[in-house]
Parts: sequence; structure tokens; C-alpha cells
Amino acid sequence: MSQQAVNGVSCRGKVLTVENMNPNVKRVEYAVRGPIVQRAVQIEKELREGVKKPFTEVIKANIGDAQAMGQRPITFFRQVLVLCSYPELLEDNKFPEDAKKRARRILDACGGHSIGAYSASQGIECIRQDVARYIERRDGGIPSNPDNIYLSTGASDAIVTILKLLVCGEGRDRTGVMISIPQYPLYSAALADLAAVQINYYLDEDNCWSLNVAELKRALNEAKQHCKPRVLCIINPGNPTGQVQSRQCIEDVIQFAKEEHLFLMADEVYQDNVYAEGCKFHSFKKVLFEMGPEYSSTVEMASFHSTSKCYMGECGFRGGYMEVINMDPEVKAQLTKLVSVRLCPPVPGQALLDLVVNPPQPDEPSYTLFTKERTAVLATLAEKARLTEEIFNEVPGITCNPVQGAMYTFPRITLPQKAIDKAKAEGKVPDMFYCMKLLEEEGICLVPGSGFGQKDGTFHFRMTILPPTEKLKVVLQKIRDFHLRFTNEFS
Amino acid sequence: MEYFVLFRRTNQIKEELRQVKRRHYTIAIREWKKKKFKNIHCLSVLIFLCLNSQGVRKSYREVIDVSWGDPHRAGVKPLSFVRQVLAACLYPQLMDGDKLMVDVKQRAQRLLKTCAGGSVGSYSDAAGIPQIIQSVSEYILRRDGGIPCHPENIYITPGSQWALTVTNILKVLVNSEASPRTGVLIPVPCHSTTIVSLTALGAVAVPYYLSEERGWALEVETLQQALDSAKGVCNPVALYIINPGNPAGYVQSRKCIQEVIHFAAEKKLFLLADEVYQDCVYGKESEFVSYKRALAEIGAPLSDTVELASFHTASKGLMGECGLRTGYVELVNLDPAVMKYINNLFSTNSCPVLGQVALDVMVNPPQPGDPSYPLYLKVRHFLFTITTGDANSLIINSFPSFSCQSLEGGAFAFPRVFLPPKAIEKAKAGLQPDTFYCMRLLEEAGVLFSPGTEYGQMEGTYHISFCIMTPTDTMEEILKRLSTFHKQFMREFILFASATERETK
Repeated sequence: MSQQAVNGVSCRGKVLTVENMNPNVKRVEYAVRGPIVQRAVQIEKELREGVKKPFTEVIKANIGDAQAMGQRPITFFRQVLVLCSYPELLEDNKFPEDAKKRARRILDACGGHSIGAYSASQGIECIRQDVARYIERRDGGIPSNPDNIYLSTGASDAIVTILKLLVCGEGRDRTGVMISIPQYPLYSAALADLAAVQINYYLDEDNCWSLNVAELKRALNEAKQHCKPRVLCIINPGNPTGQVQSRQCIEDVIQFAKEEHLFLMADEVYQDNVYAEGCKFHSFKKVLFEMGPEYSSTVEMASFHSTSKCYMGECGFRGGYMEVINMDPEVKAQLTKLVSVRLCPPVPGQALLDLVVNPPQPDEPSYTLFTKERTAVLATLAEKARLTEEIFNEVPGITCNPVQGAMYTFPRITLPQKAIDKAKAEGKVPDMFYCMKLLEEEGICLVPGSGFGQKDGTFHFRMTILPPTEKLKVVLQKIRDFHLRFTNEFS
Repeated sequence: MEYFVLFRRTNQIKEELRQVKRRHYTIAIREWKKKKFKNIHCLSVLIFLCLNSQGVRKSYREVIDVSWGDPHRAGVKPLSFVRQVLAACLYPQLMDGDKLMVDVKQRAQRLLKTCAGGSVGSYSDAAGIPQIIQSVSEYILRRDGGIPCHPENIYITPGSQWALTVTNILKVLVNSEASPRTGVLIPVPCHSTTIVSLTALGAVAVPYYLSEERGWALEVETLQQALDSAKGVCNPVALYIINPGNPAGYVQSRKCIQEVIHFAAEKKLFLLADEVYQDCVYGKESEFVSYKRALAEIGAPLSDTVELASFHTASKGLMGECGLRTGYVELVNLDPAVMKYINNLFSTNSCPVLGQVALDVMVNPPQPGDPSYPLYLKVRHFLFTITTGDANSLIINSFPSFSCQSLEGGAFAFPRVFLPPKAIEKAKAGLQPDTFYCMRLLEEAGVLFSPGTEYGQMEGTYHISFCIMTPTDTMEEILKRLSTFHKQFMREFILFASATERETK
């Protein structure tokens, strides 16, 4: 190709142009890997090339990637996975029997006894059965049908698939999807892509980011004027806010969904990440069924889980599932057809999911080590959550709600008017301006609150609590120092 | 989709056979424990009687499923080198000690360094691990005789179908709100996932027919006919090509590819080149030429302007690692402003890391001098010998009422079956005739093929498709069962025809 083509100078006569491309794609943005991360990657490159900076490394506290920040994988899981990948090791007596047993079972369920074969589109059957049993145990015995379980390429794949199914209609009948503000921007990206109408309901920052039905009602009623609301998305434990919904709140949401005839999407990928005293994870399905048959036989719902978070942190495997409840059988047939297009979810991710729902039992050799590792990971996260809240709240101009769960903190920052003006002059959103400056001066990469949504006139950032404790302390101190400097500079 | 009917029945039969095996085993153990038998002969007679009294009477013990392009499922063993590298990446403790060869360790260590936190459990960059993208671009450069390949134009994705439809190219091309709707030219036959994806995106599939009698050749006249058929129906913006073919086993010539490119340039079509079988070429006269290379060889101005997306994967070829879900797309000559948006689209994605490791091995296999090279060479040779496409097509052509074009590449045979009219009549009551044939083949011979209906075919013709990337003995068994079944089937529907004709006279 000529240099012209490489530089893209010769653009005459293109078939695919910005004017005629799918207009929805233009609206897709994903702040978690957006412009600030691109700049961070550039800075890393400059550091490698020997450019002098006030810091020696970029700390990427933008993405919920535990192992990238040094968290070790669970030994048992990696043992089973390596046995599945290289079955010759089944002869090696360095691996425990319970790992071998699970590996053999998984390989038996794979075509040609290989994780390299395609699986059924919905996922390997015995793994779906194991997932159903896990859900039953988790939810105190409420039945789960394996046919309602769809394994997926991470939870994101399942979430986008369901949204595809649900979005329809033209103009004023276009599907409206209710999503919390602040929200995880995969949702807004998917809604933009599908040209669905995004209906924002605000979480209450002054009350620990709690959800009010009154606010849901307000948002819904306003939206009814220009779209057809059909879906209510809720992330519990929350991302980016970390709030863990109370049981009462979940009941209220279910009640609301029933009254307003909404499909519930319950994103529960952080279900093991609960730290605060008095907080407990209640699955939407469990609460739904405990509310009695009037609800449990009518409210339509999908709940999502993943192998990327909790104590596993195995983001790179792209493992996940969704359970659909009370879905119309004809729609379910369409869903089954839709998932067949991407052929099947990655088999190693399916295998990993099988281990998550089928961990070592007390009578098995790997139990002690497994439990030790799991407890340590969750305890460390809990400690980091507490530490983060404590240190941030000591800084004038930063207010931090308790990190009740998940992996993030979403503190509110007060920005001086001069800073806001300067940002606007540079064509930047004020919290992006703040975060960019922090990146350039301290080498810390956060995501500005504008990427998640926030009340007008307020500013936030999202930071993960994943760096190792000592490093986290340093990061928190640097942010504190930066904030004070910033406030001074623009006062 | 009729395939689901076959698939469900296959699972049922597999389950029935599993039950039989379990019963067989249980009875054997129980009776052996009783030690009532003087010899093994009495025991086997008893088992036989038990089984037949249960009413399960199948002439086969196992279903052979070759309906998918899935070598591992068909019995081909994975490449040791890649599995060892995967193992070392998953469980680095394995690298202590001497179990693994030096080149395996070096590769694993190099790849782990490219992963955040040194773990395959962390997210990779949205477009893929940069060092692996670099390896892919060097592979493409070598493959295409030195034509430049720029890493920023490469995206690694969870499978080639994902790149094409779920995240990427078709989504950008297809404007579901446009009127008239976006059209995409697709070959007949074509694998069904593409057609489903197109319709899901709100696009219109515009078929162009490959010429079966001329070895499934793509003739530019049929492309023009397709465009003409689209007038007033939709606005065609893209031309989807599969080379080497799937399910038909053709490999396009350089001349053909250049004609297609000229056509696309003239008619302002975006080229989508599905080249996932580029490593599966075995026809003696055949050579894989990438669309990118052919485009570059045409020269300016076309080489600077014709927009092209080409797709490859770790699921086919030597690797056959379908379950790992990894492929890539290379975008050529796209408008940089559009590329920015494609970048954004990709940012919500993350490709499985293990698959990327496999991809690295695929584009960068062991070289002469590496400790793992001898074994790699041996396996490579073995895999190429099992896809002796020509031998298979000769055998198939020897069956009466079968006609199979010469197999030059890809993973499938797609012979035409001339079904007797009575069979067609009987089928039409419930299933397409070729699905009916496949269903009977499954029930009576325990072999699962895919019916031509799934892929599209000329009206009034019937085909079956099956994967030929199977171990030699499996292939022999398949052909043996097919031969027996086919003779019986033909006898039934030709004799049946004659019998009923005699009765009615």
C-alpha cells in the first residue's frame, strides 16, 4: 500500500464513510477504556523510551482487573484448567485428586475430549447443570432449571444479548431502558449501539447511593412521554458506587417492575464482594421467589454473573452466565437462536465457571488451601475498601461514601470555579480535566465521573481499590496531595 | 432451523447409547462378581440377550458427528506445542524442572510478560495484546510476500464470526434505519451463521450462486446478476467472499480474485474476505492467495482505495482450537475517521487471553532448530495427510447418485445427492429432502452430516456437508457407513417406487 493510503490521505470515493456508516456506532463510548486510558498507554510508552517523568510507572486504577494489580489466581482453579488444557498432566502425581476428577469430568463433556472443540451454543450441558445447582444452593433451595441458564463470553456478552432481544419499536414506541446514574458504561454503550432510549434514574449520593422507588417512578413517568419503557437494569453490588441493596429495597424494585410491567436485568457480578458491616448480598431471584407466586410466576428477569470479579479475578478467561426467569418460551427460542451466531462461549471460561460453582468441598484435599486463598482475597479487599474511605474522607474537597461492596470507590470532588472555567475553555469536561492532570503529574489513571453519569454540577472519579495495600496507600496519599495542590492552584 | 432438529435427535441417540453402555458395564460387573460363568462366552451371550430385550437396537455403538468444522470433535488431537505453552501460561510452576522443552518455556515466559500482572487472567488491551498483534502482522507480511502490514489495522476478536458480525464490521456497515435497507452479497452455498447475523442486524442477504459444475467457481456474471436482483429491494454495500470455501471445497485462483476485486471497485462494494481456511489447501493445482495480496498486486489506484476486511482464526487449520474462540480481522484502506469509531466499538470488548496465546503459536510456530520442531513437523505432516481431499472426493464420486466436485481446500466435502422422487415426496411432508436424508443417515448409520438446506443451494438440488478433517480411520468408518446406508436408502426409494407403481397399475 502506498504511503498515501497508510496516512489515509486519499479518502476520495470510500464505500464506508462517517456519513453513511451506522449512525448508532458513532454514539458508542466506553469511558473505562476511553481517552484517558489511551493517554495513559501513551505515557507508558514514553516511560519505556526513557522520557523523564515525575513518576516511574503508570498505575492503572481505571479498570476492575484484579490480577493486573497483582492479585494471585486461585491455585485450584489453575490446576484444573491446566489439566484440561494438557491432559497428559493427569498422570502427574503433583496434582490433587479432586482437581483431576473435575478435569476429567469437564473433558468428558467436551467434543473429542478437548477444550479446543466447539461446545453447544448455550454452553456445555453438565456445566449448566452445575450452575443451576449452585444457584439453588445459594438461594436456599429455590429450583433453577439448567435450560434457563446460558453460558456467555463474560457477563457483558449476555447483557448485550438480552438488550438486543428487548429493544424494538420506532419513534415514541422505541424501547426505553432504565439504568442507574451513575452506571457502568457498558450499558450506555450498548443502548447507544442499539438506538434504545436510555432512561436515567438517580441514585441518592447523600444516602450512601441508595435507590428510591420514588425516583424510579419519576424517571419512568417522564420517559413514558417519549418512549416505551420496558426494561429496568440494576447493578447489585453497584458499579461504580459499590452500594449493596437492602432486602427491602430489592422487594420494592421487584414490586415496581411488576406494577409497571418491566423486564428486570439484575447484574450481580460482584455478589461475593460485600464488605460493610450489616450489608448482605440478596439475589434478586431469591427475593422474587420469597415474595410468593404472584411475583415469582410473573415477573420476567435475567440475572448475570461472571468469573471476572469476586475472588476469582479471572477477567482474561471471559467466563460468565445468565439465568432467565419467566421468559416467554417463543422469545426464549429466539434467544437460543441469537446466541448460536457467535457459535459458543470460550470453553476454558466455561470450565472455569464450572469450578466457581463447584469449588472444593470440606472433605476434599484442596479445600483447605482453597478456602485460605479465597478468604485472604476477600479480606484484603475489605480492608482496602475501609482504608480508601477513611483516607479520602480526610481530604477537604473529597467526600467518599462507604465502599460497601464491588471493587471501586466513586468519591465526589469539589472543583474550584476557576478550574471548571479552565476546563471548559480547553473543551474538556471538568472531571476529565482533573483526571488528565492527575495522570500527567502523578501517573495515576482514574476514570472521570462523567463517564458513568452524575448529577449536574457534581464531579466524581472512579478508582479501583485493587492495587496491593502498600501501593494503594501511596496512591491515596498522592491523590490527596494532588487534590490539595489542584485546589490551591485554581483558587 | 432444521439443523436443530438433527442436533436434538443426535443428543437423544447419544444419551440412549450412553445408557446402553452403562447397563452393559453394570451387568458385566454384577455377573462377573457372581462368578457364575465358566467362561467369557456365556457372559457375552447374557449381555446380548439383556440388551436386545431392552428394545435398543442400533447397529452402531457411537454417533460420529462431522457436521461441524471441528477437528477436535472429530478426533484430531491438539498440537502438543500449543497445549504445552498454554499449560505453562496457566500454571507457571510447571516451568520449574524439566518437564517442558526450552522453547515451550521461552514462549510462555515471553507471552506472560505481555500480560498485565504477568497473568493470563487479566484483561488484555481491547484490540488484543500488542506483542501478539505484532506477531500477526509479521505473519501476514511473510504470507503476502512482503506487502506491508500495519498493526494498527489488526484487531484480535473472540472468533472470526464475532469480528464480522457481533462487534464489528457488519455492524458498522449496516445502517438499520436506512431506507432502502443495507444489502450484503453472500455466496450460495454459505455457512448459516452469517445469514442469521445479517438478518439480526437488519440487513438483506443478496445471494450470488457459485457454479457447481465448474468446481464452485465464482463468476463475475453471477455477481452482476445478484446486484441486478437487489435493485429496488435494498442497497448493496458489501461483498462477502469465503476463500477457501465453506462448505464447498474450492480455492479461488489469483485471476478470479482479481476479477472480483475489480468488480467490487467498480460497483463500490466493501470487500469482506473470510479466509479462515487459508492454511487448509491441499488441491494439487491450488494455491491460497490472500485478497490483500491480490489487491496490492493490482497496484494503484485500486490498491490504495478498495476497502477490505479479511478474517482469520485459530479455530481451523493445524490448530483446530475452535473452543478457545480467537481470531483476527485486518482492515485495509478504511477511512481513518471511521477507524476511530471502530476503535471505540472495540473498547467494550476483551478477547480471551488463552486464545491469543494459541494465535501467537499459530502465526509463529516452532522453527527448524527449535527443540519442539521435530514433533511439530510430524504432527503437521500427519494432519495434512488426513485431509487428502482428492482421495475422499474420488470415493464419494464412486457412490451412485453422488457427485462431488474436486476438493481443493477447506474442511468440508459438499457432494450433491440425486435423491429419488419418492424420497423427496416422503420428506416434504415434514423436512427438507436433504435434512430427511441426513436424519435417516443419523438414525440408521449413526453418522451426523449437515444438510445442504442449511447453506443454500440451487432450487431443486440437494447436498450434504461433512467435515473431512478427521483421523483416517474415522474417515474410513464414515465412508463405510455412508456407503451401506446409501445403498439401502436408494433401494428403498427406488424399489418402493417401482412396487407402488406396479400396485397402482
